[in-house]
Parts: sequence; C-alpha cells; structure tokens
Amino acid sequence: MRRGRDMATMAEYPPGRAADPATGAPIETVVGVEGLRMDYGSTRVLDGLGLTVRAGEVVALLGPNGAGKTTTIEILEGFRRRSAGRVEVLGQDPARAGEAWRADLGVVLQSWRDHGVWRVRELLHHFGRYYAAYSTPERVRPFDTDVLLDRVGLAGHARRQVKSLSGGQRRRLDVAIGLVGRPRLLFLDEPTAGFDPQARRNFHDLVHDVVDENDTAVLLTTHDLDEAERLADRILVLTGGRIVADGSAEQLATGLGGDSEVAWTVDGRRSVHSTRAPVEFVAGLYADHGDSVTDLRVTRPTLEDVYMDLVRRHESGDIENAAAEFERTVR
Amino acid sequence: MKPATNAVRLGLARGWIDFLRLSTTPGELFGYVFYPAVFLGIAASTTIEHDGTGTDGSAYLMTGGVAFLLANTLLLVAQTIGTEREDGTLLRAKALPHGMLGYTVGKSLQLMFTSAVSLVLTLVGALVLVGGFSVQGWSGALLLSGFCALGILALAPYGAILGSLTTNPRMAVAVAMIALLSLSLVSGVFFPVDILPAWAGVVGTVFPLYWIGVGLRAALLPEAQVALEATGSWELPQAAGVLMVWIVVGFLVAPWVLRRMARRESGSRVSEARERAMQRAY
Repeated sequence: MRRGRDMATMAEYPPGRAADPATGAPIETVVGVEGLRMDYGSTRVLDGLGLTVRAGEVVALLGPNGAGKTTTIEILEGFRRRSAGRVEVLGQDPARAGEAWRADLGVVLQSWRDHGVWRVRELLHHFGRYYAAYSTPERVRPFDTDVLLDRVGLAGHARRQVKSLSGGQRRRLDVAIGLVGRPRLLFLDEPTAGFDPQARRNFHDLVHDVVDENDTAVLLTTHDLDEAERLADRILVLTGGRIVADGSAEQLATGLGGDSEVAWTVDGRRSVHSTRAPVEFVAGLYADHGDSVTDLRVTRPTLEDVYMDLVRRHESGDIENAAAEFERTVR
Repeated sequence: MKPATNAVRLGLARGWIDFLRLSTTPGELFGYVFYPAVFLGIAASTTIEHDGTGTDGSAYLMTGGVAFLLANTLLLVAQTIGTEREDGTLLRAKALPHGMLGYTVGKSLQLMFTSAVSLVLTLVGALVLVGGFSVQGWSGALLLSGFCALGILALAPYGAILGSLTTNPRMAVAVAMIALLSLSLVSGVFFPVDILPAWAGVVGTVFPLYWIGVGLRAALLPEAQVALEATGSWELPQAAGVLMVWIVVGFLVAPWVLRRMARRESGSRVSEARERAMQRAY
C-alpha cells in the first residue's frame, strides 16, 4: 500500500487543483468536494460535506447507518443529483460529465440476480469491450479477461452460469467488473457486507493488490472499522451530514486523545499504567528495571474507541466540540 | 473506433447472447410454446359457426391469437424493463461508458428475436392446422409483415413506459395482462364485435388492438369474410393511421420516461427494490 502522506502534504492539494482534462496533464485531486448538501424532501442528509481524494489513494468513508455514505458515493458516481455544493470527480462535475469520464470510473455494484444466465467469462469480457474505445498506451483497456478472472480467483469458474456462483464468488465477479476498465478511480459501497471473516480477508488482499498494480484511487464506504483500518490510507468519519474526522487510522486514534495503557511484569509482579506518553514511560521503565521487564504490552486507544466516542458525541449533540477538539489535537 | 459505434456493436452482441441464453431456459421455452399452443389448440379443434354468414370462425379466432401475441410484446417489454431495473441489470449498463446505448440496442434486438420466434411458430402452426387461415397472396404477405411491425411498434413503447413506472414488475404485468384480455374482448380480435353492445365496439376502436386485428384479418382471411367486418370492408388506411398515431405518441413519450427512470437508477434504489421484492415473495 502507498503510505507516507501526512496531513501537511494533503493541505498542499486543495480541491480544485485538478488539471484541465483537455491538456492531458495529470490530475492530482481525483475527488474534490466542498459544501455538499443533499436534501430529501425536508430531511437534510448531507450538510456542508467536504472531502478530497488524491490519485492512487485509498480512502474509507466511515459512518453509522443512515449517515449519508451511500448518498455521497452515488453523487460522486453521477447516479444522484445533489441539492447544492461543489463536486469535482476526475476534473469534472459528475452531474454533467460524459461517457469518456465514465470510462475512467469503476463502480463495484452489489449484484443480486442480474445476468444470471450469462457465463462468468462471457459477461466480464463483454463489459470489458466497452472500454476498448478508451484505451491509451499508458492505460491499456480493457483488462485482459483471463488475467483478471485469475486475479479474482474465478479462473476455474469461467464457464459457469453467473447464477450458479456463491455469494462470495459473485462479489468477486462484481469487483472484477468494477476493475475491468482499469479505472483511475474505484467506488466500493459496503463491499464486504455479509462476508465471513475469511472472505473479507481475501477481499481486502484482492483490493490492495489490484489497486497497487493499476494506480487506482479508491473511495469505499463501510461501517466496519476493521475494514477501514485494514484497507484505507485515510479514513473520513461521516456523521451528522458532514466529515467530522479525517486522517489515517493512527492519526484518528491518537488525535482524539485518550490514554495508552502500558502493562508489564517485573519479578513476577504484573503492573498496569495509563499514560499519554507511552514511549517515554516505557523508556523510563527499562531505565529503572532493565532486562527484568517482561511481558511488556502497550495498548493505544483503538480506532473503535475514537469512532464510538465521535458517534456518541454526535448523537448527544456535542459534535461541534468533538470536531473542534480533533482539529486542535491533530495540528 | 468511435465509442458510440463500439457500444452499438456490443449492444447487438448483447442482444444475441441474451436471446440465446434465455431461449435455453425452461421458463422461456414454455413462454414460446404456451400461447401458440393454446390458440392453435382451440382454433384447430373446434368449429365456430357464425350465425350471420355461416362461415367457420376458427381462422378468425386464430388471427386473434396472432394479434394477442403482438400485444404480448407490451407485457414482455414491461416485464423485461421492470425486472432488470429491480435486479440491477440496468444499473450495470449505466456504470459502463455508453452502456445505456448498448443496453437499449441489445434489449430491442432480444425482444425482436423473441417476438419473431413466437410469431413464426404460431403462423406456421396456424397455416398448417387451421382451415381458412392462409396468407392472401403477395399483398397478404405484405399486409401481414406490415401490420406485425406496426403492431409491435405501436405497443412496445407503452410496455417500456409501464416497466419504467412500476416498482413491482410482477404485479404490473399481471394487471396489464388483465387489461389486455378485456381489451381483446371489446376489440373483436377473437370474434366479431357485432355480438357485443355498440359502445363496446366504440371503446375498442380507440385502441391499437382492434386495428391490428383488422390488418391481420385482411392479410390472413379469405376475401369473403370481409362480410364479418363492422363496416363490411377492410379499413386498412384507418388501421394504419390509428396505429401510426399510437406509434408517434409512444415514441415521443417512452424515451422521455425511460431516460427519466434511468437517470434515477442507483445502487441504493436497486437495494430498495431488492428489499421490497424479498418481502413480497412474489
């Protein structure tokens, strides 16, 4: 996975830096959103949401059910019209973008029983051919059907009917279809809902690999913290219609404070200590006791702790404070 | 290669694959055989004597069978669009560059193939088995193909509209089927309208089914049976005229409704549809 972009470098790429697609210059910001608002009737689902995704970055949109994750993704995909705000995806407004823009996107849909009588390979190959007209020397399209099938572990099922696939196999086919055009930006909406742990792990490995190989930026939604932590370079917490936290899992976990817990054993005696500065504490511990320190364990506040805290504060109406506190601690 | 041209070619490939794959499923095979078998069975096995003229009405009934098959296109289109919205086929097309173009071309081709197979099966069966049912020379053949085309074009757009508006494709098709059967009664496609009250005949003449029936009878029944027509003549110009009006209106409205429906399709809409369908269990 690509790592190593910290908050400081992020600030150098404000939304809107995207180059004119006509010049062919690289677009650093693949998704730029400012002040996005979405109303369904009198219900305001998104209220001034802002976010940025840069080329090659994997970003997770994390939030409780009904927070507006799917609505956000669908606006970015061009499948839903927003009420207000500025949205730019690959340099264009999704509400007005054309078919060439669409060719740069991959959308992983949750299939149900569509194309049930088609054969697996036949379907993937057929969809891939739509992208052939958009092939360039730098980005050869589509993906070779057999290579991709092999990559998602469906090579052995190429001639089977789609409806005969298991749930997990179908989802892997969904991912293959999302990737077949070698997208510059891939959308995954709740990709592993209903997966067992093994299937989820395999799926994560698959996304990592394919995304690395093709320098594809990914925006995924999930309400699974573990998934966000495992997959994403950066996590955005969406609640109350806006992004209340933005950073790596590490930054989120430490940024919102909370003590780390240090547990150790000296001469058979177990001790536990809570501290804001675990590194210094452990250094002191070794200075005092040397090698007689055993069973050392440092537990940082988990992303889950932080996330639960954010959501709870939002629900109790304290979200402004929580967000402000986060801003302070991260900077 | 231009992307749009590419998509049209892919649409043709898609139509063929869909037709081929679906035609080998038991449900679809049953659909091909069911209506032709019913109409052929009745028309070939019974003699229906018309009190006015004493002619055998079996051939007349059979032209009704053909008209009904054409009308069935409406149901087929509605069902296809309704279920493919629900199961996400349409959304997948939407996620591809020029995917909707390919989808539209593919679906039109697939439905054309499907209708053609049912029609050919029925026509061949009727020509062999039903007395008095025959293509009336070259002009009859021309009329037959012309009115089959006009009939399908006059009805298919309304199926598309129905399929775009419904949230429950199975219910919509069931209701449309009942409407179609009632309409075929007052349209005199199975037996002459003169045995029904006059107002029923008037209602029938507003709808395409009546005029499809007129065209098919002119193409397939002996000249003597013109006596069974309400006006005592084949009103072909009127028939073509009324059908053209339905075609023009249909092709003005349907693309608009389809585009509006397609624009609104999204992943969450498909999930909602899936939830609804699973709760209903029909």
